[in-house]
Amino acid sequence: MMRALQKFGFWLLVTVVVLYSLFPFYYAIVSSLRPSAGLFKVAYWPHHPTLANYTGVFAGQPFGRNILNSIIVSSVVVVLSLFLGVTAAYALGRIEFKGRGFLLMTVLAVSMFPQVAVLSGMFELIRWSGLYNSLPGLMIANMILTLPFTVWVLTTFMRGLPKEIEEAAIVDGASPAIIVRRIFLPLLWPALVTTGLLAFIASWNEFLFALTFTLSNSERTVPVAIAFLSGATKYDLPWGRIMAASVIVTLPLIALVLIFQRRIVAGLTAGAVKG
Amino acid sequence: MARPQSELLRARTRTAWLFLAPMLIVLAMVAGWPLLRTIWFSFTDANLGKMSQAKFIGFENYYASFGGILQDPDWWRSVWNTVWFSVVSVSLETVLGMIVALLLNVDFRGRGFVRAAVLVPWAIPTIVSARMWGWMLHDQFGIINDMLERAHLISGPVAWTADPHLSMWSVVFVDVWKTTSFMALLILAGLQLLPSDCYEAARVDGISPIKVFFRVTLPLIWPALVVAVVFRSLDALRVFDLIYVLTSSAKETMTMSVYARQQLVDFQQVGYGSAAATLLFLIIAAFTALTLIATRSRASEG
Repeated sequence: MMRALQKFGFWLLVTVVVLYSLFPFYYAIVSSLRPSAGLFKVAYWPHHPTLANYTGVFAGQPFGRNILNSIIVSSVVVVLSLFLGVTAAYALGRIEFKGRGFLLMTVLAVSMFPQVAVLSGMFELIRWSGLYNSLPGLMIANMILTLPFTVWVLTTFMRGLPKEIEEAAIVDGASPAIIVRRIFLPLLWPALVTTGLLAFIASWNEFLFALTFTLSNSERTVPVAIAFLSGATKYDLPWGRIMAASVIVTLPLIALVLIFQRRIVAGLTAGAVKG
Repeated sequence: MARPQSELLRARTRTAWLFLAPMLIVLAMVAGWPLLRTIWFSFTDANLGKMSQAKFIGFENYYASFGGILQDPDWWRSVWNTVWFSVVSVSLETVLGMIVALLLNVDFRGRGFVRAAVLVPWAIPTIVSARMWGWMLHDQFGIINDMLERAHLISGPVAWTADPHLSMWSVVFVDVWKTTSFMALLILAGLQLLPSDCYEAARVDGISPIKVFFRVTLPLIWPALVVAVVFRSLDALRVFDLIYVLTSSAKETMTMSVYARQQLVDFQQVGYGSAAATLLFLIIAAFTALTLIATRSRASEG
């Protein structure tokens, strides 16, 4: 009797956790599939499903362009962060030199920066370089979010590799650049996927810089576009379209996260727990 | 023999700095320089339209006869809001994250699916989750009001995000929904490193699971838990996106980041806004330094 009750409680808890996690996204899908006139009555299921909100979100504003912007910015940021991250992680993870600990602490400290603290300085820098309201401006700004933890996580991974693997190459007189490319890159592949994915998500979700450093609709990234989606008046928000846009930009992320579940968990814990 | 050794060492050190240089240059450009400029601007009367003509005015943005930031009740309110938000949301996330982590640590059929489901809120962009919950918490057409009315828990619609008494709780609720999974994953990683033999011993001795949790599990995962809480707290102290979208610039939910950006961009007061940003930076730096000292001294004791 006691055991059965325990088992029931356990599965009840599991059900609650799953429902709690998934219901909001389920409801976003339901709302996005309903005709906008019907949204003023609550429904738990789309009785007359329509894709009008999905076509509408692309017709009403340059949403396709916004998605492209987000993909371009995030991809460039990921490639740059990984390149700078791997070279720096080789130095920090494999070479003993004075000041290494201090540098690692500095990198970690930068990842704690509140974004607002660099906002006015960054604004000046971006306007000075003529990159205001442009994608390269956002790429530069987003590096502050992705670079520190990329360096940190890759250094942790590099340090974990056995010492012997590069000794033979050093004896053979291989240059450090070749050692990194030929020996470490193949071994780091899983770590690169993880950190690259985390950097992509961080850049994809970035809001404050994109909000402040862009002006025109065609230069906005997805989060800002969704925040600014509006109807005829300020008080008449097109909830159906907002939900459609939300579903569109979230589905690929959920797919990525589910595919790379284990890798992401490993990356998050390497970034945090070992820190 | 000693000579080539040190030669090699010098060459290695040179290589290290060469490999570090690109990363350090970029970091200095996107973090170091903008931070220094922000601190400089906080001592000037800079305006968004003409930042280059900023004049040095000393501490007047902070404290002045005509009212500096430290005399602004709205600033102190945003400080209080930020601290309240951080303490309440991180506490709730820690407790709920612990429950979810303990759940996921049990071996049961469908565990992979549950873990995937828990990860979904984390994968959803903050802006999207703010919008989704903004819709669900809508005062007239929201599903939350509908559910609560069906369950006879409320008699009429509640304005979750507009009511000054409730809006902060709504923000906390959405934040908890989004970030509990992060907490749970970090705690779970700690749980899975625990040795199983002490649990065996406890089970053989017939000690109640609750006692085992407080006497064995909690002390063992304490270090991992502290790290997770610190990381989340640092994140919570700079919260911006969620509040900007869910409740915009309402005073009841305004945090330090929202306050600083409003001064900086909406009111174009770069000097004043930079002063607020600098204060936020100092608060977070102090918090980080304190936790570092605390964990260091703990580590050296143990």
